[in-house]
Amino acid sequence: MPEMSYAEALSQALVEIMEQEPRAVLIGGAFGPLGKRFANRIKQPPIAELGYCGIAVGAAMTGLRPIVSLGTASFIYEALPQVLNEASVARYGSAGQLSVPVVFHVRVGIRGAGAMQHSAAPQPIFWNTPGLQIAVPSSPADAKGLMLTAALRSQDPTIFIDHTRLHRLRGPVPDGPTEVPFGVAQVKREGKDVTVLATSVMVPRALEAAEQLAREDGIAAEVVDLRTLVPLDKAAVLASVAKTGRVLIADETQKSCGVGAELAALICEEAFFHLKAPVRRVAIPDVPIPYSKSEEDYVTPGSHHIMAGVREICR
Amino acid sequence: MGELSLETTKALLRRMLLIRRAEEQVIHFATDYKELLTGHYHVYIGQEATGVGVCHALQPGDYLFTTHRNHGHVIARGGESGPVLAEIIGRVGGYNRGRGGTFHVSAPHLGILHTSAIVAGCVPLAAGAALSAQQRGTSQISVAFFGEGAMDEGASYEALSIAALWTLPVLFVCETNGMAGGRREKGESGPRLVDRALALGITAEVVDGTRLAAVCDAAGRAVERLRAGSGPVFLQVQTGNTWPGHSGGRAVLQGGDFDLTWAYDAAAAPQELREWIETSDSVSILLRDLDRSGVLSRAAAIELDREVRAETQAAAKMALESPYPSPEGALQHVFGR
Repeated sequence: MPEMSYAEALSQALVEIMEQEPRAVLIGGAFGPLGKRFANRIKQPPIAELGYCGIAVGAAMTGLRPIVSLGTASFIYEALPQVLNEASVARYGSAGQLSVPVVFHVRVGIRGAGAMQHSAAPQPIFWNTPGLQIAVPSSPADAKGLMLTAALRSQDPTIFIDHTRLHRLRGPVPDGPTEVPFGVAQVKREGKDVTVLATSVMVPRALEAAEQLAREDGIAAEVVDLRTLVPLDKAAVLASVAKTGRVLIADETQKSCGVGAELAALICEEAFFHLKAPVRRVAIPDVPIPYSKSEEDYVTPGSHHIMAGVREICR
Repeated sequence: MGELSLETTKALLRRMLLIRRAEEQVIHFATDYKELLTGHYHVYIGQEATGVGVCHALQPGDYLFTTHRNHGHVIARGGESGPVLAEIIGRVGGYNRGRGGTFHVSAPHLGILHTSAIVAGCVPLAAGAALSAQQRGTSQISVAFFGEGAMDEGASYEALSIAALWTLPVLFVCETNGMAGGRREKGESGPRLVDRALALGITAEVVDGTRLAAVCDAAGRAVERLRAGSGPVFLQVQTGNTWPGHSGGRAVLQGGDFDLTWAYDAAAAPQELREWIETSDSVSILLRDLDRSGVLSRAAAIELDREVRAETQAAAKMALESPYPSPEGALQHVFGR
């Protein structure tokens, strides 16, 4: 199986999508060598996020499968009226007559010197908007596989979330059609003592923590990568919690009403009697993201936070 | 009526009357019944010539996007009054099974895919449908109907600018009906909206929306240009003085349903409607033109209206008899999977 970086896997996905799907159109972004090969299906808009995201939505209603590359996730805030008010409700409002197969590709998260407006983690906003699918791949194989599914198979809008600090992560990517279905979590490491639920950049951090916990504390942590938030693989979450009885949720979103909040609520409602210890959350404190390295590091959820949390609930 | 044949003219007048009578029925739903139409709604009374004139220039397969003031556009495009009225009162017989209601009447089978109740929401969407047609190499065009309030929102400018840059086959129809919400001080004029479109490099003109022939003429030329691949067109359609029955989101019928004889003798109309009938109502103006030119007599127009009223009565009956959707259906159609 060839090994490649997360960024290379994403580029490979885009090439395969453009080769296989004549209705695919790329809007925005720097597509490098793709630009020449598929020039007539690559549209370079002005910096008008609201305009071009809305145009992508209208195009998706009428037979195209647009992939919109917004770059830094903070920029999608400029387009929210079209994403939250139009794309997400079109199928529902038409009682199922309309499909809006559009992909909004954004880079989220704390990247290093991004400060307040280049570090956004908007997953909770989208999760609280019915009608949007959310993919949060953590590995090169999933980045490619989930992008293929979103662009080639999906009938609904997808917020495709990658993370700047994952771009250089290397891993095996299977050859050929490697679509990864939505709504299927993956157990990245098995363990019997505690469940660590993670997405995106927090998955490698959770695996690092699990390794160290095994070595230093003899704690066997099970790391579950959700891969998509919408649809959510509830069964996988509940099965792991039932098995271990302890759970820590690691997510790089702000804590209040963040990804961890919803998962904790789900577990309390549906797996409470399996719990041997309180649910723990590792998240960004409820502050915007600061610029200064010392402050930025301080608010970034890391493997050391996961280890400390796990040690507390496994005492 | 210039190039329009007698038959076409009659058909267009009939559509305009269908809109007028359906909108009156909407007001009846809100005012004559308890708990039937409880929210606010937006009628198209007076502006009928714009929707009908523009839609006359379209072909099957073209796309249409509109706003909260959509009822007239859907009927102008060929939508039937029954499913439109059923939608407006949230019944399963509506084009969207009652789910969208008055704000979101659409009719995907007629190319009216999605109706946005955000004033400029439809403008980028229409440009997107035009991009789709362009990419797929079809001769389809896309139309966005919106009010002057949409020109207050940034979405319009972003969409207009990209439409010009990419030469998209999209027709922007801005109906200046004097009903934009927000801050509107009396006498405030500001730059003409058409100048804003021109500044973005878009072919644009001001059209007299009180006259069906003027709308048909401008829309016909615009559509020809769009099909030739010459890029977007912006029409600022001046729909005249606002119909006096508009009252916030809950319209009132002064003097009851419109009596066609008022068109010919405004003095017989309720005081508050007279000036509007003389200067602005596109239906009244068309009726007088047809009568004066001998194309369609008063008696013939009144007979046509009688048919339309009967059709609207039947449509209202169909809407009222249509049941509400099953409550748990509310959980369906969030996703296609």
